[in-house]
Amino acid sequence: MRNVVRSEWTKIRSVASTVWTLSLALVVTAALGMLVSGLLRHDVGRLGPHQRLAFDPTFAAFAGMNIGQLAMVVFGVLVVSNEYSTGMIRASLAAVPQRGTFFLAKIAVATGLALAVGMATSFAAFFLGQAMLGPHRASIGDPGVLRAVVGGGLYMTLIAVFSMGVAAMLRSPLLSLGILMPFFFLISHVLGNVDATKRVGRFLPDQAGSRIMQVVAPADDTPYGPWAGLGIMVLWVAAALAGGYAVLKRRDA
Amino acid sequence: MIELAGLTKRYGEKVAVDRLTFTVRPGVVTGFLGPNGAGKSTTMRMMLGLDRPTAGEVRIDGRPYDRLKDPLTSIGALLEAKAWHGGRSAFHHLLCLAQSNGIPRGRVHEVLETVGLAAVARKKTKTFSLGMGRRLGIAAALLGDPRVLLFDEPVNGLDPEGIHWIRTLMKSLAAQGRTVFVSSHLMNEMAVTADHLIVIGRGRLLADTSMAEFIRRNARSYVRIRTPERERLLDVLHEAGVTVVETLGGDVEVADGKAERIGELAAQHRIVLHELSPRQASLEEAFMRLTAQTVEYHAQDETPAPRWGADRRKGN
Repeated sequence: MRNVVRSEWTKIRSVASTVWTLSLALVVTAALGMLVSGLLRHDVGRLGPHQRLAFDPTFAAFAGMNIGQLAMVVFGVLVVSNEYSTGMIRASLAAVPQRGTFFLAKIAVATGLALAVGMATSFAAFFLGQAMLGPHRASIGDPGVLRAVVGGGLYMTLIAVFSMGVAAMLRSPLLSLGILMPFFFLISHVLGNVDATKRVGRFLPDQAGSRIMQVVAPADDTPYGPWAGLGIMVLWVAAALAGGYAVLKRRDA
Repeated sequence: MIELAGLTKRYGEKVAVDRLTFTVRPGVVTGFLGPNGAGKSTTMRMMLGLDRPTAGEVRIDGRPYDRLKDPLTSIGALLEAKAWHGGRSAFHHLLCLAQSNGIPRGRVHEVLETVGLAAVARKKTKTFSLGMGRRLGIAAALLGDPRVLLFDEPVNGLDPEGIHWIRTLMKSLAAQGRTVFVSSHLMNEMAVTADHLIVIGRGRLLADTSMAEFIRRNARSYVRIRTPERERLLDVLHEAGVTVVETLGGDVEVADGKAERIGELAAQHRIVLHELSPRQASLEEAFMRLTAQTVEYHAQDETPAPRWGADRRKGN
């Protein structure tokens, strides 16, 4: 297993797509968070006391995650589906015929890297965003803030891992991206915000998982808290990985 | 040593590989021959555990592929289809394969040297030509210094120099006592490379024989005759009881061993001969004849259209 992990680390660090997807995730998330925070700085001053209470400076700094997570999706998809689209999978499985070991090592290495970048992204977005908010900023020591920032890193990681599972099931990078990108960018938000589908929509992985990044809970009837929301997302991720593993185990390479 | 026992692969109704049983022995180059679509690549993928057999099994030095510890050190393979990421350098491609099997980093440099890619080791493999790609595939196969080597259509599309290089390499690997199994759809290529032959058609085993035996059995010898007095010669031969095969070009062919007798007959009857030569049919032709019935996609002959008409008449 140690050998296979080393091998997967060599694979992941020796292709350009790893570098550009992950750096894009960080830069886009942090930059958009700064932009939105900077714009809000003036608006918050004009709010009434009630609305001021509902303002969540931490979550405001995470405004870029909606877009930044798409880079994480691309990272997760490419890490897995590149094996198939390039034919590398044949060399990989000839070298490591124990497909469970192969899958576990690949997911572990990619998840570790996504976690490191996800955490860096979340902390960078938080501190840069707060700097832009000036007098309305939150402090990392405020109640619930550290949880939200760490949660943001976990959220980014889980988005990437979910994409890895889906890509392992579908194998084709185009098909995987074609499903995941519009889903996370659009469909999930529509389902989560339209009244008719709201009840179901908020159990979707990104809707449930993003709850952990909110310090001030919105006044709605969401039936789960921040950690339970993340738990729902973890269940989605586990299901995607199980599906991906089942496909890898059963199908010809 | 590679042992196949009743190896079968079915895709729905279609049988791609049909109960193949044979053994590939060390110390010689074994050619794996069959027309395109005969099931060679599928068989080789099953040997590597990439495709799951519907039935039967493959053993590499006595073990199923997925029971091999660090398989690259037991068996190395060059697959026909490209098996690397174009954005990765040759060095990193080989390094990640080496690491997965606990092969030291120094061995990567060694095989890059062996195949002549050391100078471009840090280049992205998508810039590689066909020949360079083939060399990279061979480097990967040699990486674990394995006792068994598989090559799937290794010379396909290569220039004469590349072909010569691969041929020499395969022979030297076999001479070192390794098991070398190489597929091809070209009989003539096999004739100069392989010592033993396994021929399949439509997934079924057609021949498992030494190359010498295959040549002796299949290379039909005959005598070719050209003459301006064709009709007279045919009459004379007919009277003498010699069976004649006429060819399309108007030449006359006679079964082997009769050249002297025909010369004498022609002299007796004062018939002018322009040519009288003993010949051997090509191995390619022998191979084509062997696989003729099993070839899946015939070019044009045997159009089934009249048969449909016949069936319809029968139905009425």
